[in-house]
Amino acid sequence: MSTRLATGGRLLSKDKALSFTFNGRRLRGFSGDTLASALLANDQMLVGRSFKYHRPRGIVASGAEEPNGLVNMGEGGRFEPNQRITTTELFDGLTATSQNHWPSLDFDVGAINSKLARFLPAGFYYKMFIHPRPLWKHVYEPIIRRSAGLGRAPTAPDADTYEHFHAFCDVLVIGGGVAGLQAAKAAARSGARVLVLEQTPHWGGRAPVDGGTVDGKPVDKFVEELVSELADMPNVTLRNRTMGAGVYDHGYVLGYEQLGDHAPEKPGPRHRLWRIRAGHVLTATGAIERPLPFAGNDVPGVMLASAVRDYVVNYGVSPGDRTVVVTNNDNAYLTAIALKYAGLSVPAILDARVLPTDSPAMEQAKALGIRVLMGHAVSSVKGGKRVTGVAVCSQSGEGAVLEEIACDVVAMSGGWSPVVHLWSHCGGKLLWDETQAHFRPDVDKAPIGADGHGFVTPAGCANGVMQLDAILADAVQAGEIACAAAGFRARHSDAPTAEPSGETPMTPVWMMPQGAGIKLRSKAWLDYQNDVKVSDVQLAAQEGFESVEHAKRYTTLGMATDQGKLSNINGLATLAAARNVAIPQVGTTTFRPPYTPISMGAIGGEARGDVFQPLRRTPMHDWHAANGAEWEPVGHWRRPYAYRRSGESTHEAVMREVRNTRDKLGLLDASTLGKIVVKGPDAPRFLDMLYTNMMSTLKPGKCRYGLMCSENGFLIDDGVVARIDDDTFLCHTTTGGAERIHQHMEEWLQTEWWDWKVHVANVTEQYAQIAVVGPNARTALERLGGMDVGKDALGFMDWAEGTLGGFAVRVYRISFSGELSYEIAVDASHGQAFWDALMVVGADLGAMPYGTECLHILRAEKGFIMIGDETDGTVIPQDLGLDWAISKKKEDYLGKRAQARSHMADPTRWKLVGLETEDGSVLPDGAYAVAAGENANGQRNTQGRVTSTYHSPTLDRGIAMGLVLHGPDRMGEVLEFPRLDGTTVKAKIVSPVFYDPQGEKQNV
Amino acid sequence: MLILTCPVCGVTAEETEFHAGGEAHLTRHGPGASDADFEDYLFMRANPRGVHFERWRHVYGCGKWFHAARCTTTLQVFGTYTAQTSAPPQEILDKIADARPDWTPRTPG
Repeated sequence: MSTRLATGGRLLSKDKALSFTFNGRRLRGFSGDTLASALLANDQMLVGRSFKYHRPRGIVASGAEEPNGLVNMGEGGRFEPNQRITTTELFDGLTATSQNHWPSLDFDVGAINSKLARFLPAGFYYKMFIHPRPLWKHVYEPIIRRSAGLGRAPTAPDADTYEHFHAFCDVLVIGGGVAGLQAAKAAARSGARVLVLEQTPHWGGRAPVDGGTVDGKPVDKFVEELVSELADMPNVTLRNRTMGAGVYDHGYVLGYEQLGDHAPEKPGPRHRLWRIRAGHVLTATGAIERPLPFAGNDVPGVMLASAVRDYVVNYGVSPGDRTVVVTNNDNAYLTAIALKYAGLSVPAILDARVLPTDSPAMEQAKALGIRVLMGHAVSSVKGGKRVTGVAVCSQSGEGAVLEEIACDVVAMSGGWSPVVHLWSHCGGKLLWDETQAHFRPDVDKAPIGADGHGFVTPAGCANGVMQLDAILADAVQAGEIACAAAGFRARHSDAPTAEPSGETPMTPVWMMPQGAGIKLRSKAWLDYQNDVKVSDVQLAAQEGFESVEHAKRYTTLGMATDQGKLSNINGLATLAAARNVAIPQVGTTTFRPPYTPISMGAIGGEARGDVFQPLRRTPMHDWHAANGAEWEPVGHWRRPYAYRRSGESTHEAVMREVRNTRDKLGLLDASTLGKIVVKGPDAPRFLDMLYTNMMSTLKPGKCRYGLMCSENGFLIDDGVVARIDDDTFLCHTTTGGAERIHQHMEEWLQTEWWDWKVHVANVTEQYAQIAVVGPNARTALERLGGMDVGKDALGFMDWAEGTLGGFAVRVYRISFSGELSYEIAVDASHGQAFWDALMVVGADLGAMPYGTECLHILRAEKGFIMIGDETDGTVIPQDLGLDWAISKKKEDYLGKRAQARSHMADPTRWKLVGLETEDGSVLPDGAYAVAAGENANGQRNTQGRVTSTYHSPTLDRGIAMGLVLHGPDRMGEVLEFPRLDGTTVKAKIVSPVFYDPQGEKQNV
Repeated sequence: MLILTCPVCGVTAEETEFHAGGEAHLTRHGPGASDADFEDYLFMRANPRGVHFERWRHVYGCGKWFHAARCTTTLQVFGTYTAQTSAPPQEILDKIADARPDWTPRTPG
């Protein structure tokens, strides 16, 4: 069993006991524990179930590479699945539950999959669930979806806050182990601003666990002094609990700082996302130990040798009483020695190597009385939910058992792989190191910065430099390279010296034993979380998934939440052996950020709720809100959809607004309409290019409705243009189009016609604009007084400047409703006061505000098109019967050449018509008119579609507009429109102008 | 995320401050152009592996358009220059020649 040792635990504060729960069980740990070490101290080796076979899973590692220890953490608004127990710091009151089992962790029904493992090899799902096809949708997919995914999704809104932080430095050091710290010092000596990120709470990385001396001092003493020296340097910033999550183009790096995870009671944000621009990036990210592939290497109690050492030394935890060490290198001997010093039993070290002479590590182990079996291997591990022993065999054989050794922990080491993720994120290349059997950075092929030079330098273990003395020298060199690359002159000082360790080289072992048969290979795990075994990768290669990226997706190797930190290299080697090629020929899969998962909250930062997307409000916004406005989002604006009165439905409100505007007086807040000033001697010429109409002939004092097309010919915006003076125009755009059209104008002016003398300015928000609409409109304005708004002084499509009720105004006699209508612009700051004045003088004239839905009905009754309803990016003005607004005289305008293409002149293009239902009902929006026959997919052929559809209170019936094949030539014909409920509605093709076709009401 | 220097206002800024505008130095074909020329102008875009000339706009800064010469594989930026030109200036071409001796300008079409 695993338990807490009486002594040891360099990271613990044993005077601070903490209490926590796991699956409801109350347990105790100490300040300084991780959740993993505290669970081990409470004899909780079993922490989860694997994804596919629901096999029992125990703690394997002690850091970010842990594949098994994933739990649900917290409750309610702080519930989060898939939290890694090896990197979760213990705090008082922590609650965790295990995942992926039913009904309980100890007894899981899903474990039946494990018995069926022979029948569930790689690719099983692809092969099995393809036939018969109809079953996929109704049977297979729902079942597979239910069993997919680890953990549960949170249901409550996130109760925590998050923030972003922008940081700039000359040299960014990722990793606060001895290499990172030493490199930071070397770089900082030049005066460069250095930022050091360390993902754990502790400095020094593995070195203090592995021991040794630097400059005659114990390593932890050396680290302590180095950290305090760096902390005293004004140009150095140290941040622990902050992971370098990803390296991106041109020295952009994301850091992920965990501020509140270890101290939930602390006020402030939980996570902080650092958005860093670094002159040069130094990756001192260390290395990760590899498991060994042998049968039963997934039984709880089989752990990485380095993790066993960490739990003993850092946390004073014994993973088990009797530990068998199995290795292909000297490094794992440190574990055996650490266990021995902790008073625990090490029955044997199985060393797969055959060495001519004992290595120093071997001699030391033997001196401590440990039995070392050279050339030996694990044939299989005994036990189910916990290791009970190992069967020993020869590494060079097929697994014939020589003896069985009872134990409750197997500490394995297959060698070390540099953490090259951050080096590789932005394109850094790797090379295969034959001696150490790992990929390490190819420093000649670094990620390239804006200046064409590499902007990342690896240091220490991350650079494939594995011995303490060499690591320190490599770090100094890397620090000096980094500060020089960032533009500083390095001030050299010699690296501190550590005693050389004299390790004997490792021997690569990709299968244990070497000649293992299928029975052993199908029990030798590569990926613990996703249940990928040596046999699965071999099957993938056999079935033709030879590319590493294909094999990965076929087997799901390395696709779990740990992204294959333990399994990748063993998987590549297995694939290489199966294909009979060298490992570098297989290559690696792509390393993608983030290094370990980061919270969605951190990515979102402050952008939640009201600040997610700030609203644009018109000057009269608060009045609308106070008067029953229901809002409609239009671009970033909120516009009143309708003003509901008490006892009224929204529909009733809209109907009332339409009738009132037609009969009396309606007021519309039209401030959101885009207003762009175009000014300069070449402004007339410029507008002739932008609009399909001729704008240069417009007289000052007059307005003209204009259409704008893209260079591809499609209608993109419309609006009224007023000529202010000879070289000044005011262009109205749609509400959503103001910024887009302004940018469209700027683009053409700056990049094509840059010699034209024109300036454009978006003045949309400078003015409040109010449409005063209805038979009583003129009376209301006359009551305000100040300027002549009579028919002769201000005719239809005229505009004038003056005063109304003391307000400086610009009045446009334009109409989007068919009624007598004035659109009046005042300074934005006077908008509310002017609106109030209109409501006062209009009180006995029936003045009533109306919203966007009323606006839509008014325009639809008149057959006026709306950008976004009648247009969808594939409609040209000619489709909409707007030929009258397209100049035939102009040589050129944007879209003219495009509209001359054969497809644009095709007489079978659907064209705009009005539609009147026979029964008076409202046609469904977007409904299609069916035609005879079926298309190649067995769907009904179509001959038109509805683009706008409303109930018209004026006509008391449904009216619609639509695009119909040969529409304008088919007046009176009846079309059939299927509804979603399977019924059909018939509608007659009519003119799109339903109301006052002569325009008598607007011309009074 | 790239870093670019706006040649109009001189600010060196994050990519998020800019907006990419596609291939640079296109010749507009209007009324009277052949179908082939018009198609080429409107739709056909070079997507080279290596040296590329692009349009960018300093959209959250001075608002001006400019050109950038950039390597699409290494992300090296050879330089940025005015939008008011129909060909890259010699100074930019020299910088590209220094960094990519084998590079020859793409012949249009």
